[in-house]
Amino acid sequence: MANALIRMPKTAKRGEVIEIKTLIQHPMETGYRAGMNGTLIPRNIIEDFVCTYNGVEVCRMKLSSAIAANPFISFFTTATETGVLFFRWTGDEGFKVEETVSISVA
Amino acid sequence: MNAPMRPAVSRRGFLAGSGAAAMITVLPVTAAHATPETLDAAIREVTGGKKLNAGKVALDIPPLVENGNAVPMKVSVESPMSAKDHVKAIHVFNEKNPQPHVLNAYIGPRAGKAIVQAHIKLADSQRVVAIAELSDGTFWSTSAEVIVTIAACTEEVT
Repeated sequence: MANALIRMPKTAKRGEVIEIKTLIQHPMETGYRAGMNGTLIPRNIIEDFVCTYNGVEVCRMKLSSAIAANPFISFFTTATETGVLFFRWTGDEGFKVEETVSISVA
Repeated sequence: MNAPMRPAVSRRGFLAGSGAAAMITVLPVTAAHATPETLDAAIREVTGGKKLNAGKVALDIPPLVENGNAVPMKVSVESPMSAKDHVKAIHVFNEKNPQPHVLNAYIGPRAGKAIVQAHIKLADSQRVVAIAELSDGTFWSTSAEVIVTIAACTEEVT
């Protein structure tokens, strides 16, 4: 299954704005490319990405064929409390990867 | 294996025919590419026809890209990101990829900073448009021209 990398600070001060960088292994096949036999390779992309912070959605993204293979996504969030950030990528062909990262907020 | 072996088609006729067939197969590919009109339509889907104001949004993308398969892109929006005044969504569109959508990011006051980054694919030298939807219902946008040396999806043409 696909590997997901999430880079974000493990600790933060309350109210600090932190950057979250994510990278996930995925071909992001656009559905517009022809294969060796000339037929189109069916689309296989990640369509949705969501990040929740202790159950509250902080970022949601709708991705398209125009996102590069192995999608890199970065966004910001405010460190409000100690807890868990949950990440989920879903897409074509039943693709679904879930990751959690904990953060301690002082 | 009892297919008729009649020389019904001359070599010349066959070549002319296959040439015409190639034309036909190529045409829909070019027609499938996004055009400024499909870009406008995609933008209207998001804005609902509201006015796009210039400013507030910064689109950070290299003006000259060697490899269109992975182009770093950063959208940042000037906003206090408070409960009353924040960016609700950031939308990115392109002009000449097979379809106009790049990404839609839905954020809110919890984001702290209205900055989103991603690596995108560009099938041709073209204009990339970034739009920010604010909590007061206004839309702000900017665009950038990108020159792409090696386009994404070139392998589909050859």
